[in-house]
Amino acid sequence: MQAATSMDSTVTDLGHELRRTHLRAMLNGRLLEERLRSLYRQGLIHGGVYLGFGQEAFSAAGGCCLQKGDVFAPLIRDMAGRLAFGETVEEVLRTYLGKRSGAMRGRDGNIHRGSLEQGILPMISHLGAMLPTAAGILLARRLRGASGSVGLAAIGDGAMACGATHEALNAVAVHRLPLVVMVANNGYSYSSPNSCAFACDDLVQRAEGYGIPGHHCDATDPKAALATMAGAITAARETGQAQLVVGKLLRLCGHGEHDDGAYMDAAQREAARDCLSFGPEQAVADGILAAGEWDQWRQVITTTIDTALATVEAEPDAEPAQEDWQAWSESWPGLEAAP
Amino acid sequence: MSATSYAGALRLALDHALRDDDDVFIYGQDVAGSFGGAFKITKGLSDRYGDRVINAPISEDAIAGMAIGAAMEGMRPVIEFQFADFATIAFNQLVNHAGTTYWRTGKPCPLTARLPVGGTPGGGPFHSQMAEAWLGHHPGMVVFAPATVDDAYCMLRQAIASNDPVIFCEHKYLYEQVRDDSFNPDLASALPAGEAAIRRHGRDCTVVAWSAMLYDALRAADVLAREHGIEIEVIDLRCLRPLPRDGVLGSVSRTGRLVVASEDFPFGGVAAELLALVAQHGFGLLDAPPVRVSSLDTPIPFHPSLWAAHRPQAADIVAAVIQTVRF
Repeated sequence: MQAATSMDSTVTDLGHELRRTHLRAMLNGRLLEERLRSLYRQGLIHGGVYLGFGQEAFSAAGGCCLQKGDVFAPLIRDMAGRLAFGETVEEVLRTYLGKRSGAMRGRDGNIHRGSLEQGILPMISHLGAMLPTAAGILLARRLRGASGSVGLAAIGDGAMACGATHEALNAVAVHRLPLVVMVANNGYSYSSPNSCAFACDDLVQRAEGYGIPGHHCDATDPKAALATMAGAITAARETGQAQLVVGKLLRLCGHGEHDDGAYMDAAQREAARDCLSFGPEQAVADGILAAGEWDQWRQVITTTIDTALATVEAEPDAEPAQEDWQAWSESWPGLEAAP
Repeated sequence: MSATSYAGALRLALDHALRDDDDVFIYGQDVAGSFGGAFKITKGLSDRYGDRVINAPISEDAIAGMAIGAAMEGMRPVIEFQFADFATIAFNQLVNHAGTTYWRTGKPCPLTARLPVGGTPGGGPFHSQMAEAWLGHHPGMVVFAPATVDDAYCMLRQAIASNDPVIFCEHKYLYEQVRDDSFNPDLASALPAGEAAIRRHGRDCTVVAWSAMLYDALRAADVLAREHGIEIEVIDLRCLRPLPRDGVLGSVSRTGRLVVASEDFPFGGVAAELLALVAQHGFGLLDAPPVRVSSLDTPIPFHPSLWAAHRPQAADIVAAVIQTVRF
C-alpha cells in the first residue's frame, strides 16, 4: 500500500510572490467578512452569515495553489480561498445582497454560491456530497483525454464523520483521481468538540486506510499552511493521486453570526493564534513584507470593498415577477398544462 | 430472429448511446467486465466501449455524486443502481443536488439513473420497492417507467439525450417476461417523453397504470370485457414526472370514470397525485368517485404467497372497475 503520511510538513521553497499572494488573500477574506458581519448586523443580508475567521491561512493556501481550470469545492469558511481562486468581491456581494445579477440570482444564498464556468462548485448543505461531485468532474476530464487539472474539496472535522465523505475518499483512491481533500479541523462540529466527532488521534491517520498520501499542518501558521497545501496540490497534479490534508486551527467566531460560540472552551479560545495577526509578523521577519505594507494593503482592500458595495447595492434585487419558476431545463409536454 | 426482451432492448439502447456519443459513459456496481451487472443489462458493453463502462465501489452516494460532477462537465453519465431500493443511499445526491442544479445554476445536469424497480417472488422488503413517488416528489426530477420493449429502448435513448436528470425505472419482472418479435431499433418509435399511451381503447372506465402493472390492467381488461361486458381504456402513463396530465384528463373526459392501478405503497404516491389531478381539474368529467388500487400498506413481504397478496393483481383492478362502473 502506498500511504505516505507526512507529519508537520517542513516549509519548502515557497516563492516570494506566492507568499505575498497568500497573505493578501488572507487579508482580502478577513476584511470582506468583517464587512459582511457589519451588513448582517444592519439587517441588510438575507439568510445566514458564516465566517472563516481563523481559517484564512489554510483556505487561502488552497486557493492560491490552484490553477485556472482546476476545480474548487469550498466550504462555508472559504472566503479567502475563493478570492484567491478568482472570485471577485462584486460576485460575493451580489449573492449576499440577494441581487438578480448574482450567480445564484436569489435562488440560493451566500455560502452556496458558485460558478461552474469558474470551477467553483455551488455547494449543497450536505458538504460531503461535494467530494464525489468534484471527483466526477475529474473523471469526465480523464475520459475526454484532458489531463493536468486537479480538484480541491474543502470540508471540516464535522464532514469527516459523514458517509458521503467516506464513499468519496474511497472512490477517488480506487479510481486514482487527483482530488485534494482539505480538512479544516477547527475544533468544533457546530457546537460539538472533537471528542464528539472522532476517536482517532488525528484525522490524517485515515489517509492510510484509504491508501492515499496524508499531510497535516498547524493551519494557524501561514507559511506552514501554504507549504503543506502547495505540496499536496503539486503531488496530486504530478502523480494523479488523491491527497488528504488536515489543518489544525481554531474557529475564532461562532458557527454563524447567529451563534456566539459560548460553548467553546474559554482557555482554548484565549490561547488561540490568529493567523491574521501572526501572518504579517512572520512575513516581515522573513523579509516577505515591508514594514507598513500590511496597513497599505488594508487600505486598498477596504477601498475595493467600498467601491464594489456601492456598485452592487445599486443592482436590482431578485423578484418573483422576473422568475420563470422552471425547475427543468427542458420543456416537457406535461409541464405545459401545469396550473 | 428471436423476440427481443425488455432487458435486451435496454442493453441495445445503452450500446447505441455509447456508440453514438463519446460523452456517454456507464458507472455502477459490477457493470463492467464479463459480469455485466446484477441483471446483465450491461453485459458485453465494456468489451466494446472499454473505459466508458466503469465499475464502482458499493457507494451509491459517490456513484450519484460523480455522475453529477461529470454531467456538470457536459458528459452524459448513465448510472446503475443494482436495485432501486439501494438508491435511497443516493437520495440526497439525486434530489438535493441533481434535481436543484439547473434551477440554482442555470446549467443542466444531464444524468440518467437506472433503477431496477418492483417486486418479484422472493424479493422481500429491500429488493422490491418502487421509487417513483419519493424521487418524483422533488422539482427538477424526471421519472420514466417504460412497460414495453419499444419504450424500453426509445425512452432510455430519450433519457440519455435529455438535459435533465432522469430516474429510469425499469421493472425487474419485465426484463425477460416482456418480449416483442417485431422490435426493430431502426423503426422503433416512442411518443415524446411526457405523453401517455393508450394501450387499449374503451368507453366505460379509464384505467391508468405504468410499468409492470400495465399488464395486470390489460389482463383485467380482457376479464372485464369477456365476463362483464365492460370496456376499459388502458392508459400507460410511461412518464411519471412530469405527469402526462392531458392524456389522463382526455381519457377521463371520454369515460367519466377513473381507476389507477399502482404497484407502489398507497400513501402519497403517483396514484394519489392522479386522483388529485382529476378531482381538481376534471371533477365535472366524473360520473363516479375515482378509485386507486395500490399495494397493501406494509413493507413488501418475502414469501411468494404473502407477496402475491400484498401486490395488487388483475382481479383487484377488475373489482375496482366494477365498483366504479356500478356506482
